[in-house]
Amino acid sequence: MNIFNQHTGIVAPLDRANVDTDMIIPKQFLKSIKRSGFGVYLFDEVRYLDEGVADQDCTNRPLNKEFILNQARFTQSSVLLARVNFGCGSSREHAPWALEDFGFRTVIAPSFADIFYNNCFKNGLLPVVLSEDIIEQLFVECAATEGYELSVDLERQRVTTPSGEEFPFVVEAFRKHCLLNGLDDIDLTLQSVGAIKAYEEQRKKQAPWLFGAIKGD
Amino acid sequence: MAGKTLYDKIFDAHLVEEKEDGSGLLYIDLQLLHEVTSPQAFEGLRIAGRKPWRIDANLATPDHNVPTTKRDGGVAEIIDPISRIQVQTLDDNCDDFGILEFKMNDHRQGIVHVVGPEQGATLPGSTVVCGDSHTATHGAFGALAHGIGTSEVEHVLATQCLITRKMKNMLIKIEGDLGLGVTSKDLVLHIIGVLGTAGGTGYAIEFGGSCLQKISMEGRMTICNMAIEAGARVGMVAVDQITIDYVEGRPFAPQGEMWQQAVAAWADLHSDADAVFDAVVEINAADIIPQVTWGTSPEMVVAINEHVPNPANESDPVKVDGINRALEYMGLKADQPITSIQLDRIFIGSCTNSRIEDMRDAAKVALGRKVAASIKEAIVVPGSGLVKAQAEAEGLDKIFEAAGFEWREPGCSMCLAMNPDKLAPGEHCASTSNRNFEGRQGNGGRTHLVSPAMAAAAAIAGRFVDVREMMEA
Ligand code: SF4
Repeated sequence: MNIFNQHTGIVAPLDRANVDTDMIIPKQFLKSIKRSGFGVYLFDEVRYLDEGVADQDCTNRPLNKEFILNQARFTQSSVLLARVNFGCGSSREHAPWALEDFGFRTVIAPSFADIFYNNCFKNGLLPVVLSEDIIEQLFVECAATEGYELSVDLERQRVTTPSGEEFPFVVEAFRKHCLLNGLDDIDLTLQSVGAIKAYEEQRKKQAPWLFGAIKGD
Repeated sequence: MAGKTLYDKIFDAHLVEEKEDGSGLLYIDLQLLHEVTSPQAFEGLRIAGRKPWRIDANLATPDHNVPTTKRDGGVAEIIDPISRIQVQTLDDNCDDFGILEFKMNDHRQGIVHVVGPEQGATLPGSTVVCGDSHTATHGAFGALAHGIGTSEVEHVLATQCLITRKMKNMLIKIEGDLGLGVTSKDLVLHIIGVLGTAGGTGYAIEFGGSCLQKISMEGRMTICNMAIEAGARVGMVAVDQITIDYVEGRPFAPQGEMWQQAVAAWADLHSDADAVFDAVVEINAADIIPQVTWGTSPEMVVAINEHVPNPANESDPVKVDGINRALEYMGLKADQPITSIQLDRIFIGSCTNSRIEDMRDAAKVALGRKVAASIKEAIVVPGSGLVKAQAEAEGLDKIFEAAGFEWREPGCSMCLAMNPDKLAPGEHCASTSNRNFEGRQGNGGRTHLVSPAMAAAAAIAGRFVDVREMMEA
């Protein structure tokens, strides 16, 4: 898994509440069997003026010039500033994949939907929760300053503005540890092989019908 | 100490290890796989040089992308090349890793959430996961079942466990009886209207009360299926004789002496009388009449004899904004009677309502009647090959066809329109599926969620009608 430690980058402000996973990556792109390449389809319905199809070459598609990621000052952004309930809707992990693939390393919002928040950590994308007031302040500063950047320090759990103002954020210790060290959940769980096997042996005695029944004829 | 809820019992019985931070390692008895959320998980396993922990804890079937029209030619005949590759990839992965898969033209293929229970793979007291948010369906069996992301699909394949946290407990107590023509779908739509789409967030919901004790397994699956539409990842029902009778004799269910042993073990699969729930909601079944969603969220639901809401009657500015946006997207006017909504297409199917009972409910209404000339297309998509065969044995396909419905091959179909079954922009559809989000059934499409009987009645009338009028006629 990707390591996340400290990141400084240009901020893209997405001023819209309840951004759902359908908006982040529409269903036609879920047909891909790959984990990468979703960045060009990120926010497809609002980013392009035509209807996107899976595996399409996007170089010559008509752009919605109004959309932030199509504006020159935000095309290189890597910090997404968002509003409440970001990532609601289906469980598709294609949403964090698309954000990452575009180049985002962190999303800062007042709140996130549960499954999306969980999926971010599994992909080295750091979701940061700050209060609505602070988020509002960041939106204002970002609008006022071309090339506005934020620094996110996971170790110190701080977001720092260009003027040096610092905002602390909360993150669960276990998730932080995994991100800082790029630890894979599977590797970690496999450290408990003994416990899993012991559970399984005991379970086989208690509920033998849950073992060996599903097989071809 | 207070007693345990059904959720607590199953969670505790599957806890392999508890971590300091409150998360735990939960043992998973069954993982269902389909073509959309599994390819990257299998690829991950391959890259890491890992093997599935237990082959016999997995069952796969393609459902989202498969065509529902004639498909004797198999995977090679799927027209959309990207859909074709995705289905082919599931076949290849299952072959490579030795996982049992009901392939596209196997007579047991179907929507994962229909196939698992039908095969007896979903068993009481077990933990079930799938890379799909409607996995809550399996909770109808007194199982702990919920949707997971693709990284978690890989995690379960590799370790047979899931890193998870305990949810809070909510009891939805439904007393009394549903009236004639009122179904489990109307009940669950009504519940979502009461709770709201985020009302169940963070909870495992148990549906209980005297009403539930009379509802069939098909009906219970419909109810649990839509728990996620109220924000809850888990919906469940206690085990009783109805559960046991449904499971008995199914291909993967225990047999003989082991069956007796299992039934004895399942006797405890209910919440203790003194269990404490974090929230309790009471519903009176007799109050409910057939439901129709008018907007772009499942909570935007009213009864058939009501009107499209008027934002002027709402004080909360967020709600006003939501109603206005939904009215515009749906092309509806405030205060318009629900029965005045004209329809273009009818979809009877999806993991919510594509089981044999749903087919029978719809066929009963269709019998001896004709689909209105104004309806462009009315399709009936059984949830599995076995449901299809059973319906045909009962002659239901003939009833549908005589009335002007199309009888299709099993799959997800127009529930999310990843295959060729789609709405055109602006079209209104009476659909027995579970989500009415913008664009869900096709770009610009307008979905109204209803029961199978209500969808059939709407097909006949060309607009929404109270199916109970047709029943009395
Ligand atoms: S029928 Fe619809 S909701 Fe159910 S699994 Fe298929 S796409 Fe998902």
